[in-house]
Amino acid sequence: MEPFQYVHARSVGEAVGLLARHPGAEVIAGATDLTTLMRDGIRRPSHLIDVNGLALDEISALPDGGLRIGALCRNATDDQRIVRGFPALVEALRSGASPQIRNRATFGGNLLQRVRCPYYRQPEFACNRRDPGSGCAALDGDSSRHAILGTSGSCIAVHPSDCAVALQALDAEVVVRGPRGERRIPIDAFHRLPGRTPEREVMLRDDEIILAVELPGRASSAHSHYVKFRERASYAFALASAAVAVEVRGGTVRSARIALGGVAPKPWRARAAEHALLGRPFGKDAIDAAARAATKGAAPRPDNTYKVSLAQAVVQRALTELGGAR
Amino acid sequence: MPDEVSPHPSRRTVVAGGLTVGVAVAAGTYLSAAGAETASAADATRSLSLIVNGERLKLAVDPRSSLLDTLRDEVGVTGPKKGCNQGACGACTVLLDGRRVLSCLTFAVLHDGQEVTTVEGLADGDRLHPVQQAFMDHDAFQCGFCTSGQIMSAVALLEEQPGITEDRIPEAMSGNLCRCAAYCNIRDAIASASDTMAKGR
Repeated sequence: MEPFQYVHARSVGEAVGLLARHPGAEVIAGATDLTTLMRDGIRRPSHLIDVNGLALDEISALPDGGLRIGALCRNATDDQRIVRGFPALVEALRSGASPQIRNRATFGGNLLQRVRCPYYRQPEFACNRRDPGSGCAALDGDSSRHAILGTSGSCIAVHPSDCAVALQALDAEVVVRGPRGERRIPIDAFHRLPGRTPEREVMLRDDEIILAVELPGRASSAHSHYVKFRERASYAFALASAAVAVEVRGGTVRSARIALGGVAPKPWRARAAEHALLGRPFGKDAIDAAARAATKGAAPRPDNTYKVSLAQAVVQRALTELGGAR
Repeated sequence: MPDEVSPHPSRRTVVAGGLTVGVAVAAGTYLSAAGAETASAADATRSLSLIVNGERLKLAVDPRSSLLDTLRDEVGVTGPKKGCNQGACGACTVLLDGRRVLSCLTFAVLHDGQEVTTVEGLADGDRLHPVQQAFMDHDAFQCGFCTSGQIMSAVALLEEQPGITEDRIPEAMSGNLCRCAAYCNIRDAIASASDTMAKGR
């Protein structure tokens, strides 16, 4: 591992200042992803800025009935306000990783975790995301777990987060701070599609840090659900997952947000599936239509066509279980 | 392993003689040895305080050293095992301020002043922790490599969810792999320890 300068930041302002002064610096909190990336030579930060201990781990109520979750809140949280008001988020977190990892992993770090594409994780393979311009070994290799939506000729990796998929369905905003002050980034705009610059993974600037994730008080959020399909019954990354949040009044769907995981380079908002539900009775017909629409635009590769029907089935199950649980 | 920081051999024997003194001496030795090699020895190591199994230790560590390597190579507690070294197997599980974590997935420097408990710190003299006793009674291991991690994870689990039902134990223990597949006995041991601890409460 390359040497680095370790700095324990005593304030958010100091952390931001260090990031601005040292372009090669990275923030470290839970360390559950960065440790292995550095050990494998994939990330080589000049400085590690330890933000543990900054008072960013609080969960607090917002005036609109929403919640603000500090960036350093750990993924093991079982805060009852999240459990009751935003069930998809807790379901996503619990399915995300082992208890040991969730005890350390933070909300901010979860959003910034790197892809699990084996070609990205092993420097001996070409990877445009890791080494821009070097090529994409997945295009000629095993792409059975890769993306079917939002890909480009330069990268077909899937985003690994469960949490961020739930945050899509809950319409979250990411609050960040840089040298010029605070700004808010809607979760759908936070992660970038690869296009020709897969190395630019998020809209967070190099000199900004995440302060919090805010969940607005939406009628649909308490009526939300997360379903994840993986290769074994516990602790694995998703082959396909769905977070759904549906507001039903008088038997009719008034609003819906549907997001997919494990199928795209970012948490994927399935707008066509949402439209298929709107204004219709929340029953089997609408659910089937939404499931079919969920993969609109999919361009699978020869060895991952199964993900199209798998993603549809996951959406169907999530909506059906949500309907049945009402 | 080429990617690891192993500045010097284990100081287990030194540490066994007197933990706090041993480590202080070891740290001093390392600092002066490093100073002979490079001009910026102060940048190469960070001083760090850790409370390991109740003993407050002063250490000088390379910032690249994982908590696992620091515990094994600097402190001399070898209960935490290096299985996968990438957060998949759970053999390195320790309690950090009472919560189970993977010591391979974090740097020691991040944990200045924090309290670490390893399997070495569970027993009260000759009296084993109920989870340790239950692992013996239920034959909850074969080769034993994963056992210290399994036990630490189980101890934390029974703190998190006292009285957890037997059918929910496998999911709650899914961060600890056992290549010998002693899973059924591990589950039985944890259920039994849970009962024992409930009676003791």
